[in-house]
Parts: sequence; C-alpha cells; structure tokens
Amino acid sequence: MWKTILRRVLVMIPQLFVLSLLIFILASFMPGDPFTGLITPESDPNRLEELREAAGFYDPWYVQYYNWIVNAAQGDFGKSYTYKIAVADLIGDRALNTFWLSLLSVVLLYLIAIPLGVLAGRYQDTFLDKTIVLYSFISYAIPTFVLSLIFLFLFGYQFHWFPTTGTVDIKYDQGSWGYIWSKIYHMLLPAITYAILGTTGVIQYLRSEIIDSKSMDYVRTARSKGIPIRKVYSKHIFRNSLLPIAAFLGFTITGLLGGSIFIETIFGYPGMGQLFVQSITSRDYSVITALVLLLGFLTLLGSLLSDIIMSIVDPRIRID
Amino acid sequence: MSVNVGNVKDINENIISSPPTGIQVIAREFKKDKLAMFSLIGLVTVILGIYVAAFFLDQETLMKVSLRDKFAEPGDKFFLGADQGGRSILAQLILGARNSITIALSVTIITGIFGIAVGLITGYFGGLIDNIFMRIIDFFITIPVLMIIIVFVVIIPKYNVVTFIFIMSAFLWVSTARLVRSKSLTESRRDYVNASKTMGTGDAKIIFTEIMPNISSILIVDMTLSFAGNVGLETGLSYLGFGLPQSVPSLGTLVSYANNPLILQEKWWVWLPASLLILLLMLAINYVGQAIRRSADARQRLG
Repeated sequence: MWKTILRRVLVMIPQLFVLSLLIFILASFMPGDPFTGLITPESDPNRLEELREAAGFYDPWYVQYYNWIVNAAQGDFGKSYTYKIAVADLIGDRALNTFWLSLLSVVLLYLIAIPLGVLAGRYQDTFLDKTIVLYSFISYAIPTFVLSLIFLFLFGYQFHWFPTTGTVDIKYDQGSWGYIWSKIYHMLLPAITYAILGTTGVIQYLRSEIIDSKSMDYVRTARSKGIPIRKVYSKHIFRNSLLPIAAFLGFTITGLLGGSIFIETIFGYPGMGQLFVQSITSRDYSVITALVLLLGFLTLLGSLLSDIIMSIVDPRIRID
Repeated sequence: MSVNVGNVKDINENIISSPPTGIQVIAREFKKDKLAMFSLIGLVTVILGIYVAAFFLDQETLMKVSLRDKFAEPGDKFFLGADQGGRSILAQLILGARNSITIALSVTIITGIFGIAVGLITGYFGGLIDNIFMRIIDFFITIPVLMIIIVFVVIIPKYNVVTFIFIMSAFLWVSTARLVRSKSLTESRRDYVNASKTMGTGDAKIIFTEIMPNISSILIVDMTLSFAGNVGLETGLSYLGFGLPQSVPSLGTLVSYANNPLILQEKWWVWLPASLLILLLMLAINYVGQAIRRSADARQRLG
C-alpha cells in the first residue's frame, strides 16, 4: 500500500521536472520582455538595459532556470508587471476564489449525479432511465462555453435569478452571514454549470456499476434472506458502487481546473482561469508561467489523489 | 424480449453466411436507432450544405464593414441580421461553420494517423519503444493541455490557420495513441497473430493488414468522438480569442460577441445562432459516435 503510493509519488517528480522545463522554455519564447510595457518615449534605453541586467536576462538559460525553479519552490514567482504586486499574492486571492467555486461545484455535482445514477441503474431500461441517459449524453456533448453563455443569458439576464458577475455584494460586511450568503449566491450559477457539465462520468459509472451489482451473488443472498429491495439498494448495492465514485474525485478536480478558463471568463468570476486569460492578453508572462506550473502541479496532484484513493478502495490495483 | 419471425430469419441467414463485418454491423445499428440515423443524415446534409453554400460566398466582400447596417435586425436584407460591422450573420455562420469543420477534420485526420500508427506499433512490439512512448503519453496526460495550447498560440510568431492546426494536433494525438495501444496490445497476443508470425509474415503486414482491420470499429468510434471534441475545442479557443485569426470567420468568434453584455442581452441574433449550431453539431456527431460505439461492442448492440 505505502509502496504503491511512494512509487506513484516518485513517478510524479520527473513529470513535474519536465513540465517545469517545458514551461520555462515556453516563457523564454514569449514575445517581448516584461519591461516592454514600461517603455515610454521618455524612458532611457540604458536604464532599461540595467533593469534587464539586474533581472538576470543575460545569464545562461540553465542559471535562469535554476533561479526560477528555486524561487518558485519557495513560492516566489516574481512580480506581476500589470498589477505591480507579487505573483504569489495575486494568485493567492484568485486561487482561493477558484477553490471555493470548485468545492461548491463538486458538492453540487455529486448531489445531482448520485441520485440520477442510482435511479438510472435501479430502473434500468425504463422511461426514467432513458431520460437520465439522454440527459447525461447531452451534458457530455455540449461545450462548456456554449452552456455557460446560454445559462448566463437565461438565468442571469432574462430571468434575473442570479447575479451576472463578481464574487460578493459590497453592501455586506466581511464575515457576516449576509456576506457569506452573497458569496455563495454569486458562485451558484457558475457552480451549477460546472456541476452539470461534470455529471456524465459519475452517472454513467454509477449506473453501469449498479446494473452489474444487480446480478451479483451477494445481492441474491441478501434478497433470499428476505431483506426488502429498498434496503438492498441503499445498504448493499449503493455502498459497493459508491466506493469507485470516490476515486473519481481526483479526476473531477482536474476537469474543473481545465473548465475554469471558460467558466470564470464568462461569468466574470475572478479566479485563476480568468486571471490566466487576462494575463495572456496583457502578456504578463510571470503570471502565466506561475499559473501553468501551478495548474500542472494540481493536475498531477489530482491524478495522484485518484490513484491513491483507488488503491485504498480496490486492493486489486495494488498488486504489481 | 420478443422474437418475431423477421429476427429468426435474420439469425438463420447469419448462421449460414459469414458473421457480419464492421460496416454491416454499423449499418444495422443505424437502422435500429432512428435518432442515430436522423443525426447522421442531418449531419451529412448540413455539412454538405455548408460547403456548397460557402463555395458561392466570397469571404472578402462579406467581411467588409458597412456601418449603415450595424446590428441590423433579422429581416429582409439580412436573414439572420447583421453584426457590429454590418456583416451578414448568416454568411458568417456558413463560412465560420465551414472553417471550424475543416479545421476539426484536419486535426482529427492528423492526430488519427499519428495516434493510430504510434498506438499500433507500440502495442505490437512492446518493450523499449512501448516504454518510451508510454512515458511520453503519461506526461501529456498530466499537463494542462488547454493552457499550453493557448500559450503556444500566443508565442508562435507566424501564426496562421496551418500552425493552429499543428499546435492542436501536437497535443491531441495522445488519447488516440493510448486507446489504440491498449487494443493493439491484446490483439497482438491473439492466436491468429502468432500463427501469422510463424508463417513468416512481416511485422508491417501483420500490423496494418491483420491487426488494424480487427480493431477498425474502435478506430472509427475514436475518430468520430475526437472529431466532435475538436469542433468543441476549436470553437472554444476561437471564442476565447486564441483560435483562428480575427479576420477568418469562425463559429467561436461569432459566439464571442456575446462577451459584451449588451449584445448578449439585446442582440441575440448575433451569438445565439452560432451557439445553437455548435450545440447541434456536437450533439449529432456525438450521437453518431455513440451509435457506432454500441455496434463495436456486441453486448450493447440494439440491432
């Protein structure tokens, strides 16, 4: 068990190294340098050269890489050239926003997907099952940005059910219940969109798992002992089918991070995805490299988490 | 399950003749699933229609700005209204759809060829090549692909449609390769492959004329679904402004006009048709893909 986890972590290290190298190379190819934006007619070319020199622009690449990675490991990603504050601080706030949004989305996702998956599996081939399968098909096929826009248009602008941008109303004091509620209220529409887009995997997995379990010996045993069918579903089948769903969590987080680029941009939610698009547009490359590295790291962490949960839940995976 | 006379006849015929092959199985599945048949016919008609209509449209004259028609409402002059620059939405829709489909198709073909070749070869030979490619594939799976594509789009100096296709392809062959590898791995250990090896058939011949036809249905499914995925990704990137250059109409660009809340709320004809077209394309392609997937798996077949 521990051996599996340890091996998995060791595999992660070279991956992280190659990723950081790739990002570093990409960053060095980015057009212009961070000082390009500061050039005005009055700026002195010699002064700019000095700045470049001081920032280590003329060091050999491996020295630059080494400095960058050592600083990054300590949480120092340099300074954002558009916001004039440390990248770590800038990302810190945004990361927290993305974290809350992801948390709410995951909760909603499981709240929607688990009942639907169980119902579809239990009433297999009925009208209900077919409707749920159709729903999960549509939510799989629809692109993130199309669904987000349509939701924003309908529920934000047409029906005025949800706010269309921002994270919180300014009229509340920080820490009050109104503040917290307002925050959740602002996250609700993007979170619902996220949740709907992510349900497919869980529904399909749960459904087929339940259909498979139905014909298992332990279910027949339980039925022949006289346990009511409702209880067989809630106590026996559901528990057995739910464990692998827990393992999905890591992949769900990974998917959320990818989708955040679209959702946060469309709903005007100031998270990491929105920051990424903004930094790309303003060529704020210290922010871009930090974000790609961070999200790459989180993605790796997500798949590591999935593997670990999987190996706890399913002992067969541990054998090799 | 009721068995009617027709089915019995079918079954009898099948026992006498050889078992149905890939295309026949797929055709039967489509006959059984009316919605899949409808999606397929609709999809083919729409795509052909778009290509034919686009042939008669001139991109240069269409993209010309005429301020008098700014945000013209749907009506006589413009069937679907006009955008900020007074350009017809319908024409942009047709050209955009053609561009999006062409790009998605090119990416699908490039990633398909590369992914299938890598998958077949690594799965068949195993050993060192397999190990090397699996490490590469593992790496690609764990990186935030969308972000890296966007970064590439921004930093490539001579950026145009062709480089865009190559950037997308460079990151999207991985899942095909992984799938094909796992299938090719099990297939390569089958008796018929061993028999063929014993008879002295060359590796290339075994891979491409014996293993590949046997996993062809899985390849078709994968190509269909990745085509759908590529349409989604291209329109998504163009939507964000990191896809096609601004001068080239794309469905994603049309949708991106909705980033302006005023257009989103009041000028629905600018962005809604493109969104719906993307949605319908995605639904139809995916539905067709699922029907083919069912026919590839004997346990799920309807027909």
